[in-house]
Amino acid sequence: MSAPSSALRTGQDPYHLGHAPATGVPEYTGHGAGGPAPKRVVVGYGFWLFILTDVILFASFFAAYAVLVHARAGGPGPRDLFDLRTTEIETACLLLSSFTCGLASIAVARRSLLWTEVALAVTGLLGATFIGIEIHEFARLVAVGAGPDRSAFLSAFFTLVGCHGVHVTAGLLWLGTMMAQFRAKGFAQNIRHRYLCYSLFWHALDIIWIGIFSGVYIIGVLMQ
Amino acid sequence: MTLLGKLSWQALPLTEPIPLYSGAAVGLILVAIIAWVAIRGYLPYIWREWITSVDHKRIGVMYCILAWVMLLRGFIDAMMMRAQQAVAYRAPGFLPPSHFDQVFSAHGTIMIFFVAMPFVIGLMNIIVPLQLGVRDVAFPTLNSVSFWLTCAGALLVNISLVVGEFARTGWLPYPPLSELAYSPGVGIDYYCWAIQISGIGTLMTGINFVTTILKMRAPGMQYTRMPVFCWTALASNLLILAAFPVLTGTLAMLLLDRYLGFHFFTNTAGGNSMIFMNLIWAWGHPEVYILVLPAFGIYSEVVSTFSSKPLFGYRSMVYATMAICLISFTVWLHHFFTMGAGADVNAFFGIMSMIIAIPTGVKIFNWLFTMFGGTVRFKTPMLWSIGFMLSFMVGGMTGVMLAIPPADFQLHNSVFLVAHFHNVIIAGVLFGIFAGYTYWFPKAFGFVLDETLGKWAFWLWNIGFWVAWGPGYITGLEGMTRRLQHYDVAEWHPWMVVAAVGVLIILCAVIVQIAQLVVSIRTRERRRDVTGDPWGGRNLEWATASPPPPFNFAVLPNVHDQEPYWDMKIYARETGHLATPEPDYQPIAVPRNTPTGFVTAFFAVLTGFSLIWHIWWLVMVGLVGAYVTFVVFAWRDHDEVMIPAEEVARLDRANRAARTAALQQGALA
Repeated sequence: MSAPSSALRTGQDPYHLGHAPATGVPEYTGHGAGGPAPKRVVVGYGFWLFILTDVILFASFFAAYAVLVHARAGGPGPRDLFDLRTTEIETACLLLSSFTCGLASIAVARRSLLWTEVALAVTGLLGATFIGIEIHEFARLVAVGAGPDRSAFLSAFFTLVGCHGVHVTAGLLWLGTMMAQFRAKGFAQNIRHRYLCYSLFWHALDIIWIGIFSGVYIIGVLMQ
Repeated sequence: MTLLGKLSWQALPLTEPIPLYSGAAVGLILVAIIAWVAIRGYLPYIWREWITSVDHKRIGVMYCILAWVMLLRGFIDAMMMRAQQAVAYRAPGFLPPSHFDQVFSAHGTIMIFFVAMPFVIGLMNIIVPLQLGVRDVAFPTLNSVSFWLTCAGALLVNISLVVGEFARTGWLPYPPLSELAYSPGVGIDYYCWAIQISGIGTLMTGINFVTTILKMRAPGMQYTRMPVFCWTALASNLLILAAFPVLTGTLAMLLLDRYLGFHFFTNTAGGNSMIFMNLIWAWGHPEVYILVLPAFGIYSEVVSTFSSKPLFGYRSMVYATMAICLISFTVWLHHFFTMGAGADVNAFFGIMSMIIAIPTGVKIFNWLFTMFGGTVRFKTPMLWSIGFMLSFMVGGMTGVMLAIPPADFQLHNSVFLVAHFHNVIIAGVLFGIFAGYTYWFPKAFGFVLDETLGKWAFWLWNIGFWVAWGPGYITGLEGMTRRLQHYDVAEWHPWMVVAAVGVLIILCAVIVQIAQLVVSIRTRERRRDVTGDPWGGRNLEWATASPPPPFNFAVLPNVHDQEPYWDMKIYARETGHLATPEPDYQPIAVPRNTPTGFVTAFFAVLTGFSLIWHIWWLVMVGLVGAYVTFVVFAWRDHDEVMIPAEEVARLDRANRAARTAALQQGALA
């Protein structure tokens, strides 16, 4: 048995919990040796876990799509419906918006309110363009009688792609809130943590879109 | 389209006496409780100290209260089913089929989602941060939101008792029966929205606890020094993260089928109901381990404490836990071997299902070897643990029987299966919950529960369980299928009467448990846990006062090995004074209370209810309300309050004095 350490005996709280770390305090590692991790790590980590769960949600929709892609009930298939040109524009919008979201991160790091707001506004515009094209695309499909109630394949398609669209829409709502918060509260610590989560979310939607673009659209027009 | 969607006076069960009177009775009791609370002037206290609390201990207690209340509701359903099957031999019984179907569906839904889950999560809430030696979970406000969303789900299920109907499909709404074509009523919608709302709460709990356990531990608390309950909580919450999104996705597909005419699981337009079976059990089987792993953790704590020995095979316990965590995702198909996936697939899942019994067996041996050579004290929590080991063995072995595909083809959907899962869930999860409830009650409330009544409850539960579910194994082998509203096989009838007697014995057990709580509260002054360590505990939850102060520890403990509190006690006994001298007390920041969780849940209920009844404008109101709540919360500037150093000093000195006194009397066990 080892005796309680000197820190314990002197009665000091060596990790100074609930306060900003004082100078000379050992580095927080979050790996057990150094006590609880700092707030930035905890917030970012928690949000990472949320993104992982979101990816699993998409995985279940991907799985249903993979099973049902041939269940067309005599209706149209991917080749009859998908227009790669439109989807390429959508992809370009979303990937560019991730780039501008990254620029906003740099602006936040440099504490430039103007450039943060500009980069976020461009991100929002690109995201809104993406959503606009997607809604237009969905409306076109419904108009030609290829709505989600036509066949199991189309149900799975609309759910998978629509779920991503709902996420982007929620992201836009969050982005607007985020911009207002930067204006109202500046670069406070909790706002920066929140922005960290927001950018993780936005980039993750890109990754999922790449899965949809290749797994649904490209493979869709290639297969029978 | 009308203003209230599908809702009308016909939704009330004015012609059905049982739901009408029971609903009225529940309503009256609720009104009476609220009136009593209001008249006594407790409302501000309850709002300030409980409803808006973000303290993990308070939230944990509220989870446990919710679970207890819902346990009574689910148990009433159980009694109704047992009574029905006891009298429905060549007779219609007293429950018409449509009502009997709702009763068994509600029973399963409530017992899994609103009893076992909240109880397990409640105990984790109270104990995990204390065992890790930290001040709270990673996201205290999110924790409150999780709890209130779980409450929102429970409320919706209970509203269905009076307004409309509940699902008639069993606790998992298998399509195509659950599709609009065959279940046009609101029962499935109640089920789905209740589970979606509480499922979001559970998912956020998972995020919260994984972050807490991986990122917030006391200095020196390496992975190999974490108490086994924390390990099992970690495994359980990892499973929540990986499994609950699948549940959300699956129910979303069912809802899309029902609300917007999609064709995921329909019989027409290419729908495939087996996707539902696969996805729901890809969540459902891990769910079993989400419940039972924390129970295993509780047994580990209890067996070690009451054997006065460190846990035997700590590392193998950790490996076994994490092995179960992984393997639990590779067994789901054993719930439908009869699907027709073929011999190869069935053999794989059969073998995996048998393999998962191995780490479970490792745990049983570890507990036995912990007891071996120890000074075993047969307190109530220890009795629950031993009762568990004996009964759970049978449940585990019938599980291995069911894992053999050819045997499963005979036993599928029989009462044998129902007996098996009641055997593992009652004798595994519920006994663990009761062990944890008795073991940690003094930590949460500062006084010990009555031992005599606790032992009575244990024996009555144990005997009652076997009298109630032993017959299930027999009639199941005799070919009785599950969920029978009536039957005409003479051989089954005596066993069903026996089972009804069993449920009466359990009723006595539940009454004794309520009596135990009432008696203990009334005599609490002489059962005070003064030192904070009533059982001779070994882990950090016992190193602080009972109940712990809002900040848990005045100074975060420094951890040097697997049983940090045991070390402190040995040090104290050897030196004659407490292991740590009085610290230089500092003010401590704790998270500020917020009604965010409560308000979110209010809007969740509003949204869920209006979705169920197709009141679209109210859905919008609910969603906008939820968003506004989110923004208001995001806008607040002060999210912490300071506890002054004097207050920290006062609380900590009181506990130090009690411990010093106990030490001098040689009572610091």
